Amino acid sequence: MSIMINKETRVITQGITGATGLFHAQGAREYGTQMVGGVTPGKGGSVVDGFPVFDTVAEAVHETGANASVIYVPPPFAADSIMEAVDAGVELVCCITEGIPVLDMVKVKQYLVGKKTRLVGPNCPGVITPGECKIGIMPGYIHKPGKVGVVSRSGTLTYEAVWQLTSIGLGQSTCVGIGGDPVNGTSHIDCLRLFEEDPETEAVIMIGEIGGSAEEEAARFVKEHMTKPVAAYIAGVTAPPGKRMGHAGAIISGGKGTATEKVAVLRECGISVADTPAEMAEALLKVYRP
Amino acid sequence: MNIHEYQAKAILRKFGVPVPDGHVCYNGASAREWAKRLGEGPWVVKAQIHAGGRGKGGGVKLARTSSEVQMIARDMLGMTLRTHQTGPEGKVVHRVLVENGCNIENELYVSLLVDRGTSRVTVMASTEGGMDIEEVAAKTPEKIVTEAVDPLVGLTPFQCRKIAFSLGLRGKLTNKAVKLFGNLYNAFVACDCSLLEINPLVVTAEGDLVALDAKFGFDDNALFRHLQIGDMRDFDEEDANEIEASQHDLSYISLSGNIGCLVNGAGLAMATMDIIKHYGGDPANFLDVGGGATIERVTEAFKIILSDRNVKGILVNIFGGIMKCDVIATGVIEAARQVEIKVPLVVRLEGTNVELGKRLLAESGLNIVAADGMADGAKKIVAAVTAAA
Repeated sequence: MSIMINKETRVITQGITGATGLFHAQGAREYGTQMVGGVTPGKGGSVVDGFPVFDTVAEAVHETGANASVIYVPPPFAADSIMEAVDAGVELVCCITEGIPVLDMVKVKQYLVGKKTRLVGPNCPGVITPGECKIGIMPGYIHKPGKVGVVSRSGTLTYEAVWQLTSIGLGQSTCVGIGGDPVNGTSHIDCLRLFEEDPETEAVIMIGEIGGSAEEEAARFVKEHMTKPVAAYIAGVTAPPGKRMGHAGAIISGGKGTATEKVAVLRECGISVADTPAEMAEALLKVYRP
Repeated sequence: MNIHEYQAKAILRKFGVPVPDGHVCYNGASAREWAKRLGEGPWVVKAQIHAGGRGKGGGVKLARTSSEVQMIARDMLGMTLRTHQTGPEGKVVHRVLVENGCNIENELYVSLLVDRGTSRVTVMASTEGGMDIEEVAAKTPEKIVTEAVDPLVGLTPFQCRKIAFSLGLRGKLTNKAVKLFGNLYNAFVACDCSLLEINPLVVTAEGDLVALDAKFGFDDNALFRHLQIGDMRDFDEEDANEIEASQHDLSYISLSGNIGCLVNGAGLAMATMDIIKHYGGDPANFLDVGGGATIERVTEAFKIILSDRNVKGILVNIFGGIMKCDVIATGVIEAARQVEIKVPLVVRLEGTNVELGKRLLAESGLNIVAADGMADGAKKIVAAVTAAA
């Protein structure tokens, strides 16, 4: 078992005829994901490297039976692509695109209300259920099927955590990159709730960073609603205030959103917080016996 | 991206938000000329730098005569202004704003920003104008009112009235406030702002509402559709290395330490700084080369790190996903050929093509310390820099 995706998931790629979209569609297919086609407006009817291309998401869904989509469309058009997938009734939309204007995402967020679609991202590596389905840009081979859930705002830090787990023989149920933007589709809490409900997930690693208060809210959720052990790491203890650290959402503003503040709240809520990014798996083992 | 106060006020004027008449000046003589053209005084001369707290640092002064305007402007231009937001090194004043003074009866605060909790544009207002809003939020949070805006209908008049009444505005001032708040929201959305702050918003003796100061922050991701805003960028206000980095699509922020970092991914880059600090070192920068970095980009990244004279050692930390380790290794070797690396260099590679990357470095003949994992890398670079000191 897993959350969000499994071996039955059928995925289309929005922006499949772009270099990035095609490269990662091929990578996901090699991993064993059911990559059933793609969408590029104006190129419908063609086939790229075995992938049928459609003009619209609705058509692609109708023809291929896809229930998930992954978006590699450039930032100016990505919000529209998300809404098109939502309109077509796609259950899971992973938006990899980095650099979408935040006010576009404010509209998308409102558009999602009352719809059945779950959006993951934008500005994220995607979602993977090891051995079953990989949607996104993460290197597949570092993962191993297992029982630890991973949720993170950062791509490469997720790889770091996964690698630490795999190196000591601990596999993962599902790893979700929720993205580094200030307005995104799926939150830490959403993932924690799914991991708590998933019978195959036994423990969770949550990776956060400076900016906002999503980690603090997630910590309170863990304290009140979770029975499974949770370990965490928060990046940005040394980040200066007022500077955006790469991710659009990683900024300490008005003295709020510091790593120190987040770590304190997480610890208060019973989460095992790693002192350094090299100790994420160790921190989990302090509260979890596989 | 940030802009100067005079530029912010020009945008506000365009959106129908009342601001004092004024003009930007680059020397004392033109400041005097503009003062005479603007009115009869008194005037205010304001240093234009991208930082708050200018008043306390001597960057805002009142002038009674036009020759006084000239004197003040002359003294202000070229001075280094230090405020709580500039850091101890301060910022050099290259431009001043000369504007008409106004009869302040009451000072209020209003700002708009994207609230992450609600994923909506939110208006914040307070009766405590002219104060540091963070201090107000910490000490008297009940004095701040907020209204979240539904993106499909925009900021509604009833919400504006609610804010106006909570600020104690009555009668004709209420109507003026409703119009002003609506216009601020229009400006925020039309310009893709990340922050729009009016502090203070003043009630004048004549019964008008005027934006006496204005601060805009823009969403960098949306600048592609606002070319005229991009043109307002003032490179004097930014770190030279950060400008250079942005031209190569590198995400770089300079810090005060002496260990340079070259990392892929923003989260890992932050975590690398943290682990250096954890083992007793001090990072010199944040640098994310991104997922699709080329050999050229890696070379440029090295040049930028090395141009910081504080750098006494470099830690490369790569977890290759999209980024292939052999590309990083080739970039390191190429950079070492182009610019002499005299400081210790520790490289930690993991992920895609790691063996090839490690072999390239080992065979390069360069003096590179290989690290096994993040902790090992951090310990090794801290030890090397400490030993060299």
